[in-house]
Amino acid sequence: MATQIPVNELHDQGAQAPRRLWLEMLHGWVTTVDHKKIGLMYIGYALIFLVVGGFEALLMRIQLAIPNNHFVSPEVFNGLFTMHGTTMVFFVGMPILFGFGNYLIPLMIGARDMAFPRLNAFSFWISAFAGFLLYFSYIGGSGLYGAGSAPDVGWFAYAPLTARVFSPGHSTDYWTLALLLTGIGSIGTALNIVTTIICMRCPGMKMSRLPLLPWIYLVMSGLTFVAIGPLTAAQIMLMLDRYVGSHFFDTQAGGSAVLWMHFFWIFGHPEVYILVLPAFAFANEIIPVFSRKAIFGYPAMVAASVGIGFISLSVWAHHMFTVGLGPGGNTFFVLATMIISVPTGIKIFNWLATLWGGKIQFTASMMFAIGFLFQFLVAGLTGIMLSVAPFDWQLGNSYFVVAHFHYVLVGAILFMVFSAFYYWYPKMTGRMLNEKLGKWHFWLFVIGFHLTFDLMHVPGMLGMPRRIYTYEADRGWMIWNLLISSGAIIQTVATILFVYNMVSSYFKGPIAGSDPWDAWTLEWSIPSPPPSYNFAEIPIVGSRRPLWDLKHPDDPDTDYEMGQADPQEKQEEGA
Amino acid sequence: MSEAVLKSASPNQPWTLPSRGIVGMTCLIIAEIAIFVIFVVAYIFYIGKSLSGPMPKDVLELPIFTTICLLSSSLTVHAAVSALQKGKQLLCSLWLAATVFLGGIFIAGTAHEWYDLIYKHGLTIRTNLFGTTFYSLVGLHATHVVIGLILLSLALLFSMRGEMKEEHSEKLEVLSLYWHFVDGVWVIVFLVVYVLGR
Amino acid sequence: MLVLSITAAIFLIVAGILAYVLVKYRSRASNGEGEQEPPQIYGSNQIELSWTVIPILIVVMLFLATTRVVYTTERAQRPANALDVTVIGHQFWWEYRYPELGVVTANELHVPVSDHPQTLPTYLTMSSADTDHSFWVPRLAGKMDLIPNKVNTMWIDPQMKGLYLGQCAQYCGVQHAKMLIRVYADSPEEFAAWVEHQRQPAVDDPAVAEGRNVFMHNACISCHTIRGTVATGRFGPDLTHVGGRETIASGSVPNNPANLREFIDNPANFKPGALMPPMHLDTHDLDAVTAYLTTLK
Repeated sequence: MATQIPVNELHDQGAQAPRRLWLEMLHGWVTTVDHKKIGLMYIGYALIFLVVGGFEALLMRIQLAIPNNHFVSPEVFNGLFTMHGTTMVFFVGMPILFGFGNYLIPLMIGARDMAFPRLNAFSFWISAFAGFLLYFSYIGGSGLYGAGSAPDVGWFAYAPLTARVFSPGHSTDYWTLALLLTGIGSIGTALNIVTTIICMRCPGMKMSRLPLLPWIYLVMSGLTFVAIGPLTAAQIMLMLDRYVGSHFFDTQAGGSAVLWMHFFWIFGHPEVYILVLPAFAFANEIIPVFSRKAIFGYPAMVAASVGIGFISLSVWAHHMFTVGLGPGGNTFFVLATMIISVPTGIKIFNWLATLWGGKIQFTASMMFAIGFLFQFLVAGLTGIMLSVAPFDWQLGNSYFVVAHFHYVLVGAILFMVFSAFYYWYPKMTGRMLNEKLGKWHFWLFVIGFHLTFDLMHVPGMLGMPRRIYTYEADRGWMIWNLLISSGAIIQTVATILFVYNMVSSYFKGPIAGSDPWDAWTLEWSIPSPPPSYNFAEIPIVGSRRPLWDLKHPDDPDTDYEMGQADPQEKQEEGA
Repeated sequence: MSEAVLKSASPNQPWTLPSRGIVGMTCLIIAEIAIFVIFVVAYIFYIGKSLSGPMPKDVLELPIFTTICLLSSSLTVHAAVSALQKGKQLLCSLWLAATVFLGGIFIAGTAHEWYDLIYKHGLTIRTNLFGTTFYSLVGLHATHVVIGLILLSLALLFSMRGEMKEEHSEKLEVLSLYWHFVDGVWVIVFLVVYVLGR
Repeated sequence: MLVLSITAAIFLIVAGILAYVLVKYRSRASNGEGEQEPPQIYGSNQIELSWTVIPILIVVMLFLATTRVVYTTERAQRPANALDVTVIGHQFWWEYRYPELGVVTANELHVPVSDHPQTLPTYLTMSSADTDHSFWVPRLAGKMDLIPNKVNTMWIDPQMKGLYLGQCAQYCGVQHAKMLIRVYADSPEEFAAWVEHQRQPAVDDPAVAEGRNVFMHNACISCHTIRGTVATGRFGPDLTHVGGRETIASGSVPNNPANLREFIDNPANFKPGALMPPMHLDTHDLDAVTAYLTTLK
């Protein structure tokens, strides 16, 4: 009892104690460089913006439920779809995925923290500030009711709509500056992830033994470096055009509006792969555990992920099929886009093969993962449809595209994020989420999701373009919009259930222990929640599933590693 | 709780991993290259498309001298790193000073070139597409040179105060990597702006 | 159709396998504990090869089919009698010029229907005066963008008479949603009659001379053209035959005197954010100018 936490002292300080404890806790969080705390801050921050972005979507759906509605003005609506898209991509998607990566990667590779802890903290806080700056725009300008200076140029901010002459206020500037800042944060975190994975693996963890989650985060971070640069460059050019009088996108001076599109989509398409790859990473960890089988075809999964990363850099102009690239340009991007379906399909088949012959446990986490599989399949197929340029000539920039990408973003990515929550919440908090509530969350969300996004393909096929604040009654779109809007409400209810589950389980959930799922990667070998130093002793691993080997000494993975088995390690094991 | 004890016997083979500083700097360089590529692409795209105003061949002169200075500074910074790795602190200081000096000449030369372009030829960033792409690309590079010079000067300061020792040679190597990147970018900028574009 | 059948087939097969797997391999134990782990299968080169090669073959087939359609559409042989129309996108209206016929109009596009067995397509040469727009009439063709400083071309070839609806499909600003398109596919005779009528200068009805004066002495003339008068502005739609159009405000409201009056009084009544400012006319002038414009059939 020599070294004691001075809890008694705090109690004795009477009324001052709670406030001082509070301040100390706050100080601890604000100044932390611990990857776990930073990861949790990223996740919490993303969840707040998820609610905000979802609210923006709800407002839009109310406006669109009936034709010629007057729920919000055109200016407010245009701000809503811009903010919704920008928020969801940059302030929900990126942070939540970086948050999980930050938390899990050191644990999975047997390290004590990320490679550059202070850079980690800096990256988080600059992104947090960027989110604040973006939303400050609502208060700027003429204030909240007139929607202030909230960006209203669409999340891809096409030139020359963003030029001073067409967007005279500061809405574009808020968009540009907020994203420039969060881009710096993203590069910082990606740099940290790559360096951590390459330089801080525990002994024995060769790259061929790296769990698939860090592998995919490696690819995703590499993509981040190559993709965020073009966005940063284009935004610098845009600011120069707006404030210094340069002519990058000034069509009056001979500049090109198409150049912005190229630069933006050279960022924009890899960006969506940056968003989806971590969903694959979660699936690679979760599906095997709840099938009770190793992932089928580990080398192929690695190769497919790397392949997806590379190919995603070459498909960008499938967002520009209607711009007039000419048949040569169009067919090149058709081909590149179709090719990416091959490694993506391989991943889906490998997941199916993992399930095949297994003993599938339908926990809430697994149900979301299965939802992901099904919905990602559909999303990929509508993507293939859109890759056929003539199809895109009709359906591009319509609600069919909106349905397609929400199918990926919500149906695949968000579902997998929910799955990851149910799976790793016990590790992060030491308590289990309520399974029954989880299943209610799942079914309600599935119903709402399909009601909204299955039906959304129809108005697109009936000719409804995107980004319109209202529509005419004689186009036959109303019934679809009404049903779509009702699905949004159901999804809202499901999300409220989820938030409630997270909060109440923190206080009342059953204690999880270090390994509630009987899983196989290193994070399950330490207490829940992990101590600040993660591992009392840095582990040494001999296969891809170290805990499986420990639990199944008669049938260890080391026997099956494809020609990687180290004869000396096998000797040690036998001893 | 059950902390499963994994094998904690010492491994039979030494477990070596790459250095964090080098990997981190490489990542940063890749990200920066992505930014520069876009400015280079914009430059190349707009060659010959200016509607008016001074054209490159009218106003640009090959900056041979400053280029030689900048590229030599890569050699000097490499020498500084080698010197430090062998523990020769004074030599390291000298080579670092040479690097800063050569980099300084480059910046001064760029400033002089811009002064002439603006005041003698009337070319600014808003004059035409050439002005826009020229100043932004060369300016972005010059900014990176200035940042490098600041960092190198700091290193020189530490070195002169005798605080930079052999064990810091890897950190200096990471900085030198940045400087090599800056020089490499200049090679591209030089070829695109002064050779291809004229 | 090919695309749809391929994707439908893939969907049925893969989703079918998923459903089968979920049923057949579900864990039978009530609480999962104490159940033996299934055999661990790490991979299979043959299986993985097959589901790499087969998708590649599907991709090749789909790609070749797509390329054929892309080239036949974009490099279609242009018949000698094709009609040329220049389309210029504005915030938030459409300008249509028929260069060989000397016709300029706005927002309502008239084209001739193809007369079997002859085809009579209309070639649209498109650009923009301000931001990006996109011309999309789903029942006639895919969309093509209108981009400033760039010229795009597409062709349409309606086979049936009638009115085809569409709208701008590239976000262009506040009133993007109300930049509607109306394409009237007329029979060749109707089309010829329409062209002839459009080429006439504006109707000069002395009964509405007062309204005409109001128009000519106000800022109207700096933005609008009425052929045969001093109004030669190019910023807003050509109003020479505005009375004969079925809609105003780029297709968003029916063209009748009440709506016209309300629009001129303040365009924000129908299209807040439209670039035409409220004209600040008193009631008397407003009535007069409305009456005048109504006669411009």
